[in-house]
Amino acid sequence: MTPLAPERGARPEQVRDRLRRSHRTLTLGPVVLRLRPRLIIVSLITSTVLAALVALNLSLGQTALSPAQVWAHIIGTDYEHYFTVWRVRMPRVVVGLLAGAALAAAGAITQTIMRNPLASPDLLGVTHGASAGVVALLAFGGSYGILTGGPSASLGVPAVALIGGLAAGALCYTLSLRNGIDGYRLLLVGVGVSTILMNLTLWMLTLGEVTDTGRAMVWVAGSLTMRTWENAAPVALALAILLPLALASSRTLDALAHDDDVVRGLGVDLGRARTAMLFLAVLLAAFGTSAAGPILFVSLACPQIALRLAGASRPPVLLSALVGAALVCAADLLARTMLDNIQLPVGVVTGCLGALYLMYLLVRANRRTQA
Amino acid sequence: MTAPQTTGIDAVPAGGPVRLSARGLTLAYDDHVIVDGLDADITEGTITCVIGPNGCGKSTMLRALGRLMRPRAGLVELDGRDIHRTPTREVARVLGVLPQQPVAPDGLTVADLVARGRHPAQRWYRQWSGDDHEAVARALEQTGLAELADTPLSELSGGQRQRAWISMVLAQGTDLLLLDEPTTFLDLVHQVDVLDLVRELHREGGRTIVMVLHDLNLAARYADTIIAMREGRVLACGAPTDVLTPGLLREAFGLEAVVVDDPVTGGPMVVPIGRSKDD
Repeated sequence: MTPLAPERGARPEQVRDRLRRSHRTLTLGPVVLRLRPRLIIVSLITSTVLAALVALNLSLGQTALSPAQVWAHIIGTDYEHYFTVWRVRMPRVVVGLLAGAALAAAGAITQTIMRNPLASPDLLGVTHGASAGVVALLAFGGSYGILTGGPSASLGVPAVALIGGLAAGALCYTLSLRNGIDGYRLLLVGVGVSTILMNLTLWMLTLGEVTDTGRAMVWVAGSLTMRTWENAAPVALALAILLPLALASSRTLDALAHDDDVVRGLGVDLGRARTAMLFLAVLLAAFGTSAAGPILFVSLACPQIALRLAGASRPPVLLSALVGAALVCAADLLARTMLDNIQLPVGVVTGCLGALYLMYLLVRANRRTQA
Repeated sequence: MTAPQTTGIDAVPAGGPVRLSARGLTLAYDDHVIVDGLDADITEGTITCVIGPNGCGKSTMLRALGRLMRPRAGLVELDGRDIHRTPTREVARVLGVLPQQPVAPDGLTVADLVARGRHPAQRWYRQWSGDDHEAVARALEQTGLAELADTPLSELSGGQRQRAWISMVLAQGTDLLLLDEPTTFLDLVHQVDVLDLVRELHREGGRTIVMVLHDLNLAARYADTIIAMREGRVLACGAPTDVLTPGLLREAFGLEAVVVDDPVTGGPMVVPIGRSKDD
């Protein structure tokens, strides 16, 4: 018996057949894309679930509508509840699903390039930067909406959130820059910057007028109440540009899931690739946060859920986005309808769900270490 | 037996041209200088083993040769061009590197890992090609992993995993391979197994191979050229019989040893006695 490589012996055509099955492709002229059947099926199922959740969100509420009524409003044959469907529920559900998709996609990219399932754009300073900016605006921007009322209510707050998030992300990046970007250093700097910004936010909340800080608190918790179409437009545009970029970078993300030396050995310009992906993640997270506040744990848990659904080796970006959209829709449905007279901020619900999931992940990770 | 050269710069061994060379290479992590003014040449079509005590800078040197780290001073030339002035993707089509403890994400299968080796040949709009298919299939066959193509890496034994990584570097299709301790954590049988594979790649594929090895006798057996290092400098460079002498072993490792003829190959075989008294 030879101890050398007992597995040698598959016939060449068997190897190629097997490879053909695991590496299917879709050819469109000069473009050849990898096709992953399981990912496609799971994505279709998630899309169906998402559509059902959107329908439920449109029909449930103080005025309950039947699916037929909702459909009649969508195709424009019924105008009885036009305001409820098109001005209240639809913007709310659309903002929710877009924000969820952006946050989850940002999380998928962050977790891949940090090679850490517990990493999220919350740790890149984005979330807390956005919160600090918004609280500063609401607390000091003049009482009862001198700066924040009227049209600027729907533009000023998201714009400030976006600027705050991007600025904090840039700060974290700059502070951790030394001979390129190191994942661990960036996470540590991110935790530090986030903590400072969080405390700054709390301090500002104690300074402002109660009515103003009350509104700020709701924003900080992540809420979809009073969302309008103006909130949906920026994040929709951001997703339309950034998601295709992220999908086109799938090979770079695949490579970045390895350790630095392997990545460099594969001929990837590590510094440039990681910075580009980080930039994508920060932009997605900042736009997602600006639309509806920091909806907790979406960016952390959804990529991990998508990873398990797809049976992949890194969180798939598009599926993560779909899961993020579905999770926020489901959470907002619960937040709106669970308690009779109280509308919970959606972030509270996702936070509770996410915390449970996080604990599950940690317990599982511990078990594997012990095994 | 001729005395090993004790200067850094060695004569180019007879044979092909120099593929990879280090000139006045100084390498440092932060302020800690690991390698100081090192010169080395890697000749086409040879297996070169780098040996030396722990912490002598062999892995660091290999990382620099594979442009995984930037030198503090000096330069590395690949086929006569400064490796850091050559686009990294272009380098990846000529030179494959296997780092010491490579990391793969959970859940990656053997075929997926090997397919990663095709990265330098792909573009975002051309994610898979007939060439990729062929290169991955061949790399799987060469390393005897064809049956395990769909198995997650985490379910492989140490030896199989090492072969999977070598397979990834092979799929890259380069004729120059740098392997950092490809036999770490493997038992003797699997060490021999991996090194036999390396030799096969060398003999049948005509590849030029540089590897860091700890085991002196395995290095003697598989190498055409041995580079012996100590404290960031090259002590000797040459054929195993010229380098592996009691004097060199004392100088490099502080080891008293007898060098006898290998009963199998007739090459040098190191039989240790103990630590040198003056070390």
